[in-house]
Amino acid sequence: MRKRSRREMLALGGAALAVAGGPWRAAATPAEAAAEIAKFTGGKTAERGKISIDLPEIAENGNTVPLSIVVESPMSADDHVSDIMVVAEANPRPGLAVFHLTPQSGRAEVATRIRMAATQNIVVVAKTSKGQFFTEQKQVKVTIGGCGG
Amino acid sequence: MAERPRVRLPKDARKGEVIVIKTLIQHDMETGLRKDPAGNTIPRRIINKFTCDFNGKPVFSADLEPAVAANPYLQFNARVDESGTFRFSWFDDDGSVITADEKIVVT
Repeated sequence: MRKRSRREMLALGGAALAVAGGPWRAAATPAEAAAEIAKFTGGKTAERGKISIDLPEIAENGNTVPLSIVVESPMSADDHVSDIMVVAEANPRPGLAVFHLTPQSGRAEVATRIRMAATQNIVVVAKTSKGQFFTEQKQVKVTIGGCGG
Repeated sequence: MAERPRVRLPKDARKGEVIVIKTLIQHDMETGLRKDPAGNTIPRRIINKFTCDFNGKPVFSADLEPAVAANPYLQFNARVDESGTFRFSWFDDDGSVITADEKIVVT
């Protein structure tokens, strides 16, 4: 058996996981959420700060949990938030939404309602036009999970 | 399946003001994870994208996943420097697009 490079081994392992995973596993993992974030940041480190996340401490109904995000930013042409990514660490899939803003947005604030399958961290990562990344996260306890199951 | 978008924003504003825009559209946002009583998977069907333009220029947009709650609610801001029309568009997995226009007078 020829020696496989580390890269090949990782790719094989990844493929095996993808086949085995399918849509039926119960939950993603923080590692998968981190992988989504790494794709968004291109591997760059996100600094903690600039972001306020408004989420209930306890969500009575995981089918609809109000989420509100505020990112401090001048929102000027040369310094504004361009994208905000939201991921969940223990939903069936980590991705929740990516919001795209422009200087015409005026303020970097977004609100929506999300589904949460179980108690977990919601992680927000903001990208600025200067190529900086900021992150913040909040844990929500979920009493009745809701991801359509 | 997607019906009746509702948009709330002021009818007028002062030049340079940052307004709040609230949008809501009826849609099941079927995740693709549920099964029907016979045990068959109900296929995914969601609003996967939302865009907001003002006088033809992009202001805000969102890429949505099945983890966005049914009847997706999106609230965001826009700085208005002139009068004109906001166009809101919701894109369904099935290829259909729903749009709504709202005018604003800016003085």
